[in-house]
Amino acid sequence: MEKIIFYILAFIIIAFAIASVSSKKMLRSVIYLLFVLIGISGIYFLIDYNFLAAIQLTVYAGGIIVLIIFSVMLVHHVEMELELAKVSKRIIVGIASLLGLALFLVTIYSHEFNVVENSITTTTEDIGLGLLNYEAGGFILPFEVISLLLLASMIGAIIIAKGTKLTSKKNDTV
Amino acid sequence: MIAGISIYEILTVTSFLFFIGVYGFITRKNLISILMSVELILNASVINFVIINKYLYPDVLQGVFFSIFIIAVAAAETALAISIIINLYRQISSVEVKDTEIMKY
Repeated sequence: MEKIIFYILAFIIIAFAIASVSSKKMLRSVIYLLFVLIGISGIYFLIDYNFLAAIQLTVYAGGIIVLIIFSVMLVHHVEMELELAKVSKRIIVGIASLLGLALFLVTIYSHEFNVVENSITTTTEDIGLGLLNYEAGGFILPFEVISLLLLASMIGAIIIAKGTKLTSKKNDTV
Repeated sequence: MIAGISIYEILTVTSFLFFIGVYGFITRKNLISILMSVELILNASVINFVIINKYLYPDVLQGVFFSIFIIAVAAAETALAISIIINLYRQISSVEVKDTEIMKY
């Protein structure tokens, strides 16, 4: 049963990823990306990691996709078609990507992984205790640094996206 | 871990996802599309962190924490990139890569 679900999810992820990078309509390619992200959260549910699946659904599918759709609506007409790269360039890049993929797969399949059989569920409690642990091996410092980074990027995004006043003042003095 | 699925199959899926992202990153000519391809690449790496933690070292949680940090950094990066794109669109009325020469100097 889980095997069938995994194969369906893998098919959804790869098919919609290809559709997302090759679609000519901007808004459709964003929606295909949404399906890819939902499929990835399905994989997290399958390996019993519910916290990251919820994070994936809220942050990616809820936040980033809405942000991207919002910016597409601001800068494009909905019906506008994208200009595609030249056919020769697409073929060359496709061959290069396939070569890199082949290299990855050969490396992965020739390596012997020491898989530990287990069925441990990662609970949110474990994650919280690990993130706030200040002893050796704890993650409290990166946790705080990430919160600062998010605050800084929020302020930076507001200033950059708003910046008409700053630029107009600068233009007056020049 | 997923019953009946070996680590090789999941790593194959993530390798596919990564190189689809690379393909899109190089062939797309629109800044927002390039941003979406970067999201694909980041997601492939997040799945790899989680899968390797779950399959090879199930008694520690390091890969889990790194996946959370990657998602946080990706969210920050997307917000900043979108704000830069919107500001750029105000100034040059385009988001195509070939028209973007305002920050080159």
